[in-house]
Amino acid sequence: MKKHLLSAADLTRDDAELVLRTAEELRSLADRPIKKLPALRGRTVVNLFFEDSTRTRISFEAAAKRLSADVINFSAKGSSLSKGESLKDTALTLEAMGCDAVVIRHGASGAPHRLANSGWVRASVVNAGDGTHEHPTQALLDSFTLYRHLGKSHLGPGNGGGLDGRRIAIVGDVLHSRVARSNALLLHTLGAEVTLVAPPTLFPVGVESWPVETSYDLDGVLPKADAVMMLRVQRERMNGGFFPTAREYSRRYGLDGRRMATLQDHTIVMHPGPMVRGMEITADVADSDRSVIVEQVTNGVAVRMAVLYLLLGGSEPFETPRPSAPQEPPAISSDAEGADA
Amino acid sequence: MPAPATTATSAGAPDPGADRTVLDASDISRALSRISHEILERNKGADDVVLLGIPSRGVPLAERIAERIAAVEGATVPCGALDVTMYRDDLRLKPARTLLPTEIPEGGIDDKVVVLVDDVLFSGRTIRAALDALNDLGRPRAVQLAVLVDRGHRELPIRADFVGKNLPTSLVQRVRVQLTGVDDQDAVVIEGAVG
Amino acid sequence: MNSYLIKGARILGGEPSDFLVRGGAIAMGETDANAEVIDATGLIALPGLVDLHTHLREPGREDAETVLTGTQAAAMGGFTAVHAMANTDPVADTAGVVEQVWRLGREGGYCDVYPVGAVTVRLAGQQLAELGAMADSAARVRVFSDDGHCVSDAVLMRRALEYVKAFDGVVAQHAQEPRLTEGAQMNEGELSGRLGLAGWPAVAEEAVIARDCLLAAHVGSRLHVCHVSTAGSVELIRQAKASGWNVTAEVTPHHLLLTDELAASYDPVFKVNPPLRTPADTEALRAGLADGTIDAVATDHAPHPFEDKDCEWAAAAFGMLGLETALSVVQQTMVDPGLLTWADVADRMSYAPARIGRVADHGRPLEDGAPANVVLYDPSVRRVVEAGESVSLSRNTPYAGMELPGRVVATFLHGRSTVLDGKLA
Repeated sequence: MKKHLLSAADLTRDDAELVLRTAEELRSLADRPIKKLPALRGRTVVNLFFEDSTRTRISFEAAAKRLSADVINFSAKGSSLSKGESLKDTALTLEAMGCDAVVIRHGASGAPHRLANSGWVRASVVNAGDGTHEHPTQALLDSFTLYRHLGKSHLGPGNGGGLDGRRIAIVGDVLHSRVARSNALLLHTLGAEVTLVAPPTLFPVGVESWPVETSYDLDGVLPKADAVMMLRVQRERMNGGFFPTAREYSRRYGLDGRRMATLQDHTIVMHPGPMVRGMEITADVADSDRSVIVEQVTNGVAVRMAVLYLLLGGSEPFETPRPSAPQEPPAISSDAEGADA
Repeated sequence: MPAPATTATSAGAPDPGADRTVLDASDISRALSRISHEILERNKGADDVVLLGIPSRGVPLAERIAERIAAVEGATVPCGALDVTMYRDDLRLKPARTLLPTEIPEGGIDDKVVVLVDDVLFSGRTIRAALDALNDLGRPRAVQLAVLVDRGHRELPIRADFVGKNLPTSLVQRVRVQLTGVDDQDAVVIEGAVG
Repeated sequence: MNSYLIKGARILGGEPSDFLVRGGAIAMGETDANAEVIDATGLIALPGLVDLHTHLREPGREDAETVLTGTQAAAMGGFTAVHAMANTDPVADTAGVVEQVWRLGREGGYCDVYPVGAVTVRLAGQQLAELGAMADSAARVRVFSDDGHCVSDAVLMRRALEYVKAFDGVVAQHAQEPRLTEGAQMNEGELSGRLGLAGWPAVAEEAVIARDCLLAAHVGSRLHVCHVSTAGSVELIRQAKASGWNVTAEVTPHHLLLTDELAASYDPVFKVNPPLRTPADTEALRAGLADGTIDAVATDHAPHPFEDKDCEWAAAAFGMLGLETALSVVQQTMVDPGLLTWADVADRMSYAPARIGRVADHGRPLEDGAPANVVLYDPSVRRVVEAGESVSLSRNTPYAGMELPGRVVATFLHGRSTVLDGKLA
């Protein structure tokens, strides 16, 4: 694995399966009398949250604490975008205190990349959601949940392929969703077939170049899906004119009991939370037997433990063989824009 | 106990520095049978005994011992696996390592006699880690240790209760245990043996 | 005043010849025993470059740039005249502010500064600024722009275009439809979707250009389009010119060279308004500059203090430095590939911008009796750009670490050297 987890695209299939296998081992910890392992004793993990997200923060906090790391919660909400230095100054403060990993949630897309690549800190950086960009640990926990329910083989060492060919529908505000971006990338890496479903106004420009299918028609997609992942739709998107009314959105893209009846027997329903009940999902669906929404939360702790352990447990992150040279951002050189252009 | 330099091996002139098989399949089988009997003897039967193999090769060894105990006593001994990776004292010295399975048999380990099973006892650090791991899992009445090979060079005050074979080695040598299921054959090999 | 005998310079890339710089004017073929001799063997002589689009930041943001440091950077880049954009604090929307900037330029002596006047009061897009007062001031303002903001109100734009006809002015439009670019961070395309950065569609620029071309034609006035960045914009301007409308346009060096993929680093040094576009856009801009659809290269030199770029992308300021690297980028993108000759470069970087800005003393051919505004340029060397070497107060050059061709060896402003041997004189 790379030193930082900034994007689901940083993960090769080997990396991702290693995280999922490790999470599988760690998940049993929840059933033990002492829910603690000593692997990260003496390591410091900082939860640096520039946006409110209680559920993600406590998930990372539980993960770090169960690995015996010291956890510092740094809530910097409201001090970020208005004044540019704050991310840097905060980073320098954390560096001065000596931390080993920074788990960052930030409203600006790319803020974790800046933190990782600017030389402000030496710690590993874990992206816990940045703007409308990515949320890679959410994608990992979603994949983990999918493996547990749909995986054709148990996640033993070397047993990949659990999601190959499985059809996953991701429904809702793809445009603003970091969960959708990370899931599209990771599920593709793991061999699943992803279909994004949204009204045309909630697809990003260029989605046709993503490794996914797209559809405007939820009813056409549902009967073929092995899992349906509903995305949160914020009511304020209505003010942006992305759709006419909440009622119209729910009628066309909400998952209700009628639509749930068209699913295959084994199909599961997921939601990254927090849900807007009555908007993208009705209460009877969210609370049904198909819903694995609560389990996603449990799995989140195990997956985040796995990520923290693999990044921090050793002298350096776990070495997975990489198929080719790491993909760096395109460098500008005189060759790239040479005289022949 | 024969010194390594004089232990007869397979046909052919011993090549200085070459690998040398010190236990073959039947040696291993006999050693495990003996260990199984010793465990029963020591604990006056199989009641409350739980076998926990330390991955990777301690696990199949524990299973083989469990089979032998079952054959002798007609009773099923709970058998599981205990991964000690996260309790190792050298965790920070190497890149992060992959975790191996931990499986605690139903019934747990509280008030049980836990017999830890590993292939080679060397510095004792793995067993130290295993004792710490056990501590987080419950409170056994007693903990015992069974190993296929004790090669010496202890760095901690730890000893085995049941030993398949004591194998004096030099620090530069490596002792490799091969078990069918994981490897092609059953054998204990010293690599880098001085001829 | 010193005299300089320039020996062996290739005027506009032609045959080597000698000329004398004396008394603020050029004397062809003459010699002067007292003149300082400059061996210009292998150097190209061009008329002093004219920038239609420079942010000097003074008054208000003297931590980013001052008129002095900005004009020094201009001189180092071979410029002898710059148009200072109006988005200062206070805004250059009155005769008082434009005269102050103009005077600071004269006092510095590195470059003639032609202040650009704001179109609307405080760039607010509500009410026309006193365009006539600025035109009549000592600064003789002819170019008016709300640059940084679009004059998006169609009626206001129409009135501005009409009003400047009284003093042969031009409205330089920052073409950016505001509603289509709310919160926009980078070019809208596949990459903005992937990076989760709010997209800046090409149509937001093109829609305003199309409207403004029609307005300029309708009222019979002069429109200049700032920093054209898309292939579609080039095509619209090509059509407007074919229709005989009085429309001119500029392109920045960075839009000729850099593309939106650089945003993938999330390094805000590549954050600029308008945003870096696709390779296809870059290609179209080069072709447009080559065929004259785009009249001029203008730097949009936009200095920002370190902290405004040393942060996350969304929090960072828009803009990048450009004065010191402009000629090198034009050589790399236009001259070396054979799209422009050095004579064409003189047109795109000196004659045309002087003509658009109605600047009399600049943008004149290097001939006997012409004002001695000259740059000597060595196209044969290559250099790696070091941000720390800039004479600007700011360091936000997107070319740091890049190798670029060429180097300005000397710049003369009205016969005085502002740069000699590649250093400020």
